[in-house]
Amino acid sequence: MNFLFEGILSVTSKQVIMWVIGALLIYLAIVKDMEPALILPMGFGAILVNIPMSGVLNQTLEGIGPVKGIIDWLFEVGIEASEAMPLLLFIGIGAMIDFGPLLSNPRLLLFGAAAQFGIFATITAASLMGYSLADSASFGIIGAADGPTSILVSQILKSNYVGPIAVAAYSYMALVPMIQPFAIKLVTTKNERKIRMKYNPKSVSRMTRLLFPIIVTIIAGLVAPASVSLVGFLMFGNLIRECGVLRSLSETAQNSLANLITLLLGITISASMKADVFVSVDTIKIMVLGLLAFIFDTMGGVMFAKFLNLFLKEKINPMVGGAGISAFPMSARVIQKMGLEADPQNHLLMHAVGANVAGQIASVIAGGVIIGLVPTLW
Amino acid sequence: MNGNVLASIKLMGMGMTAIFSVIIVIYAAVNLLHRFTDKKPDKKTQ
Repeated sequence: MNFLFEGILSVTSKQVIMWVIGALLIYLAIVKDMEPALILPMGFGAILVNIPMSGVLNQTLEGIGPVKGIIDWLFEVGIEASEAMPLLLFIGIGAMIDFGPLLSNPRLLLFGAAAQFGIFATITAASLMGYSLADSASFGIIGAADGPTSILVSQILKSNYVGPIAVAAYSYMALVPMIQPFAIKLVTTKNERKIRMKYNPKSVSRMTRLLFPIIVTIIAGLVAPASVSLVGFLMFGNLIRECGVLRSLSETAQNSLANLITLLLGITISASMKADVFVSVDTIKIMVLGLLAFIFDTMGGVMFAKFLNLFLKEKINPMVGGAGISAFPMSARVIQKMGLEADPQNHLLMHAVGANVAGQIASVIAGGVIIGLVPTLW
Repeated sequence: MNGNVLASIKLMGMGMTAIFSVIIVIYAAVNLLHRFTDKKPDKKTQ
């Protein structure tokens, strides 16, 4: 009868900690509504992979030999071998994005670039803490505020911390409404937050909407070839949306494809949440660095807007710069709310949406740039 | 200061330059697109 107790006797304290973490993630997803589509599967997966001799993981059975486990297999095929899952998700994300607010005021693109500062500041902070450049870059990319990009970059750079990085990326995206107001208030005065901005959108022709994804892919591909897979799939999704003749495919990409990949991605990532790797001081450090990345990103965008204001007659509300991160549409909503708090007539939503969409483009470019540059520097 | 820190600072310089370069070229391209694809006001309706 010993076989009945074999599992119970094999439980380690680290595995119990992972069950608690899994339960906490499930709680945050259900009760606090924190990115539930990703956090809930990751939480349940964390429990699945940390049951002793779990059948979802590859193992060697006595008398049978090696047996494949479904979660290890999904990770090997969907993420490790081809990065297919995060990339396919980009088609869905691209199909969901309306670049209209950005195209009607293209200078907002600059805020998307400025708000990637947090990625590089965090890479330097992680290097100072003694991590290798590849691991530091994998931590810094949490600042892209873009889960699939974080997973993809950390996987390509062969980081050992894909699990904690994914948890940090998705957790902080859900915490944007708390992190950004704190960071913005650190670097702005109330008078700056009161600055009103006129909204005079240019009309955007259908041809512009059609050519935009193609041109962005070509430009990003020529300057940062490593970004082609990220930018290309994002823009492919957007072209399907904008072309007007593939409505059914566009809806499939936005709903069925995005939902299916999201469902599988969360539980697949849990393959990297095995207790022996996840329960360590490094995980806590990664969570701290991820938080720093979000704060530095926001500050980078705000400070860039303040810098531009030195030269502009019509001032920009610096908070709009803080919306240049990829967490869409949470960040734009945060800026609108903060604008109204400072002045009940100060509506910044459309400017913030434009900057927020720019952040989505800039974050995938940042991912590609890091994939391209890091191997040349280590 | 160890080699990784120096490399990370170099990465910051090169990375931000690359991102701004791509974004500025896209910005210029969008402005050109607007110039060439915006509908001109119809003279008959003026």
